Amino acid sequence: MWEYTDKVRDHFFNPRNVGEIENPDGVGEVGSLACGDALKLTFKLGKDGRIADAKFKTFGCASAIASSSVLTELIKGKTLDEALNVTNKDIADYLGGLPEQKMHCSVMGREALEAAIANYRGGGTAKRQLEGHVVCTCFGVTDVEIERVIRENDLTTVEQVTNYCKAGGGCGGCRGEIEKIIERIQGEKAKVPAPPVPRKGRKLTNIQKMQLIQQTINEQIRPALRAHGGNIELIDIEGDKVTVAFRGMCAQCHLAEFTMKDVVENKLREFVSDDIYVEEDKDSVEEGHVHKG
Amino acid sequence: MKIIYFDNNATTRVADEVFEAMQPYFCELYGNPSSMHTFGGQVGIRIREARERVAALLGCHPSEVIFTSCGTESDSTAIFGTLAAVPHRRKVITTRVEHPAVLTVCRDLENRGYQVIELGVDKQGRLDLNELERHLDDDTAIVTIMSANNETGTIFPIETIARMVTDRGITFHTDAVQVVGKIPLNLSDSCVSLLSLSGHKLHGPKGVGVLYVRKGTRIAPLLLGGHQEGGRRAGTENVPGIIGLGKACELAARYMEDENTRVRALRDKLESAILASCPDSRINGDPENRLPNTTNISFEYIEGEAILLMLDRFGICASSGSACTSGSLEPSHVLRAMGVPFTAAHGSIRFSLSRYNTEEEVDFTIDKMPQIIERLRELSPFVGQVTA
Repeated sequence: MWEYTDKVRDHFFNPRNVGEIENPDGVGEVGSLACGDALKLTFKLGKDGRIADAKFKTFGCASAIASSSVLTELIKGKTLDEALNVTNKDIADYLGGLPEQKMHCSVMGREALEAAIANYRGGGTAKRQLEGHVVCTCFGVTDVEIERVIRENDLTTVEQVTNYCKAGGGCGGCRGEIEKIIERIQGEKAKVPAPPVPRKGRKLTNIQKMQLIQQTINEQIRPALRAHGGNIELIDIEGDKVTVAFRGMCAQCHLAEFTMKDVVENKLREFVSDDIYVEEDKDSVEEGHVHKG
Repeated sequence: MKIIYFDNNATTRVADEVFEAMQPYFCELYGNPSSMHTFGGQVGIRIREARERVAALLGCHPSEVIFTSCGTESDSTAIFGTLAAVPHRRKVITTRVEHPAVLTVCRDLENRGYQVIELGVDKQGRLDLNELERHLDDDTAIVTIMSANNETGTIFPIETIARMVTDRGITFHTDAVQVVGKIPLNLSDSCVSLLSLSGHKLHGPKGVGVLYVRKGTRIAPLLLGGHQEGGRRAGTENVPGIIGLGKACELAARYMEDENTRVRALRDKLESAILASCPDSRINGDPENRLPNTTNISFEYIEGEAILLMLDRFGICASSGSACTSGSLEPSHVLRAMGVPFTAAHGSIRFSLSRYNTEEEVDFTIDKMPQIIERLRELSPFVGQVTA
């Protein structure tokens, strides 16, 4: 059970400004059905250049709906420049706070607002243009977006970043990159949880190498494949040749071209040795399940 | 506000008779059943009776019943205990739709070098037994497959599977926490080697479970210490819990018929009325082989947590497989394994009934459901859109 404030409950049960404005001046759409929440914001400007009306439609949980409702209340009467100063923190504060795991709902509100204003100013598409490069492919979150939630909310851990913008909450493959962004922005303040990451660098005995390969597969590779309904099995290690088999959805997934062999090889080279090369076990290829997507 | 409790696959109300039976064992008959004096010893006699009652419901011998602290402990004991007993075998077979009490254990085993096979399911949540057959070999230590799925209620053909597995000399475990008390069992006439059950799923107390161990099954204990439970599970007995579970099993046998007639009819009424009154809704699970008390319905374009909160305002308790209720950003692993599209998985609601539910409660919910769904769809940007 989530502990929602009375304010969240009020804006969920009695949302303000539901709907879509006809012939709006700006439209902003963020999120998707797959992500579990999505928001469509429309606004109309008055003669004075201030937002005369704003309406929303939201697919999502109670906090997503409440955040959207509050967003429309906050921006009405503001000029576009004033509206752009509304942060996700303003939305969360107005609601008397949101559970930490639900902060991404407030971020979605701010993103929709930016998209809608960009849409008005650019006269272009309603879809949000992604700025920067995509870090989290599961939820389509860019480095610019991640940097912004870190700065605005003074975040210091990957878990917090996931709570605020979902990045890192899918397969987890980008958590290392998010960590680096946090370190770059927060410097000393970044709490380095220092997981016992395997480190290469010294001459390994065969047994050490095998253990390191197994450990790297268990900790660095398998969780990411798992998230996509797949799996990896270590078949054999001969010298620098590592033979693996892919199971489950991975075996026939269309993502296969770029995830499978290359990702595994890169990870093993990063953590074990630059000489490692990976081969897929031929005998087990046909064992894969039918893709259930 | 009156509470309408439709979340009985999560936990159940303790039956009045169970609570009454437990009460003396806190402040009056608090002796340790292992003690030599009469005061403690009389408690041991009551535990024996409770064990007989559990055995009667399962259709097995009382010596095959081990009391544990919960379903999760029973599952862990079954898996770890079997692996310890057959250390030369390094393969474990399970399904992708197991409860975390089994699935998390299996995935941990994988990190320890075991080969773990997770069988997939089809769109209705059914297993492909040919796939299981193909994976069975002399390296397989244990096959663990739930009797019925907690989220969708889909029942697996456990007896067929058990025969297939044990014919090969492999131990077969089933997590039956959702089945015991809802479907008649006769384990003496079965091939199941190990079976887990949990007290609080059948109107017994929380904090007590059972692992059924078929006579002759090789299994090492998980907890070491005293000689309780014949040395198979150390630790002073949870006496009130065990007494309560015994009573709950006795009652479950008595109400089994009711569960399969009246409760089933209530579930069917609730389900068909909701499907009829709410457009773009569908059942998740196997409609042919399903627990009599469970229905899992997906509502397209809206999100489960929001539905739950709306229901909550009417005092109606249910659960959801949406990401927002799963504690992660991903929707239910069961629905995903079944290939339920994201659009439907996020908006899934499970109603699980019990013998304490009434027709008035079902009618009240049937009356409220359409307005809740309609209201949330008014808010949704996806309604009326063509979605992939």
